Amino acid sequence: MRPFTYERAAGVGEAVKRAAETPGARFIAGGTNLLDLMKLHIETPTHLIDVGRLPLSQIEPTAEGGLRIGAMASNSQVAGEETVKRRYPVLARAILAGGSQQLRNKASVGGNLLQRTRCAYFYDTTKPCNKRRPGSGCGALEGLNRNSAILGQSTACIATHPSDMAVALAALNAVVETALPDGTAGRLPVLDLHRLPGDTPHIETALAPGELITAVVLPPPPEGGQVYRKARDRASYAGGLASVAVVGGRIALGAVAHKPWRAEKAEAALAAGAAPAEAMAAELAEARDNGRNGFKIALTARLGAAALAEASGSTP
Amino acid sequence: MQATITVNGEPRTLDLDPRTTLLDLLRERLGLTGTKKGCDHGQCGACTVLVNGVRINSCLSLAVMHDGDEVTTIEGLGTPERLHPVQKAFLEHDAFQCGYCTPGQICSAAALLKELEAGWPSQETADLTAPLAVTDDELRERMSGNICRCSAYPQIIAAIKDVLGETA
Repeated sequence: MRPFTYERAAGVGEAVKRAAETPGARFIAGGTNLLDLMKLHIETPTHLIDVGRLPLSQIEPTAEGGLRIGAMASNSQVAGEETVKRRYPVLARAILAGGSQQLRNKASVGGNLLQRTRCAYFYDTTKPCNKRRPGSGCGALEGLNRNSAILGQSTACIATHPSDMAVALAALNAVVETALPDGTAGRLPVLDLHRLPGDTPHIETALAPGELITAVVLPPPPEGGQVYRKARDRASYAGGLASVAVVGGRIALGAVAHKPWRAEKAEAALAAGAAPAEAMAAELAEARDNGRNGFKIALTARLGAAALAEASGSTP
Repeated sequence: MQATITVNGEPRTLDLDPRTTLLDLLRERLGLTGTKKGCDHGQCGACTVLVNGVRINSCLSLAVMHDGDEVTTIEGLGTPERLHPVQKAFLEHDAFQCGYCTPGQICSAAALLKELEAGWPSQETADLTAPLAVTDDELRERMSGNICRCSAYPQIIAAIKDVLGETA
């Protein structure tokens, strides 16, 4: 790791203020993704602000009948919480599909949302990557892109967002609450948190410099079944090749785009009476094959159709 | 910078380079070499220790982040005279070959027992709201963060089942 200084934040206000005024500063909570990347010199912060002990780990009901999950709650804490298991099983299932128990015990909700891509070219510092080194090119475009994005790519980046949890949150219409360095609070739908790559794949979120995620708010769950399905190379402890979260009539896809991908075309087709397979075909009509990832189009179509069938109670 | 970490019951006040991982602190500074460094990237589980009773990868955590925490390593779990039940079961079931992953496996399994008691689900849990049914698949899934290249997995599962009071 490159040298850095470290401080433990005394409060939310102080943390965001310090982050905004300190060049090269990064927040650290669980650290499971950031420290991995720091060891590889992919992330090189010069100052770490530890927000892991801030009093932001409560999980509590909201006045609207939903649930507010503090950003520092561990992934394990969320997946094991009674209300989550009972009313938001898609969220518990998505979290449990990611990482190992050791990682879930340490990883925070906020950190899970902000984890970086697992694209091999992002990880290999000898290779070009517009996300790691803007302007250097994309090694994956014509390289080993078996697990690259099939939706929403650009010619600058075909990386995917690796989170399982975020896919469930996208289908649940979750809202992210933040604290800003000017002392104000922010709110944005989780669907607006992450960006598509465009020409600036190194800018991954809509967060301002120093802005800290403080909570994720779930609205009351809609009627209908909740399902999370994930396809991957190993039965456990592996990133997804494709995943799908179904919540009532809402569908979100994971591991197929630079952000959790809300399948609005499929949702519209379903609402108009389409069968699950037809709805998924509508969503994936513009999916792109970069050479080795074409199989993910068929995989996502089948996974989505199976999840929709399971959520509606018919045979998956 | 200064941090006080209780390791195996003993408070240690340490002057730390912020870059020191919890794993390197244990092995290189405190001489607790039972905890092993495998991949150093959270992929193999050899570095698993308990922090405030919860299992984590000590390689993916900075020592300075643990000021005030209680850390338990394989050395603190049991002693040769008074083995932890999981240690005893690993011996009885020959749940290792080379032994390199074993401290991590044992710490992981010891924490797993508590997670089962607390009703934490896994992806193998069929019904999230029903009492947990501890199947082999449940145990395999819950141990998937610990890799054993000698492939002692069947014996590891047998050892854990033994501790759980089931016939292996």
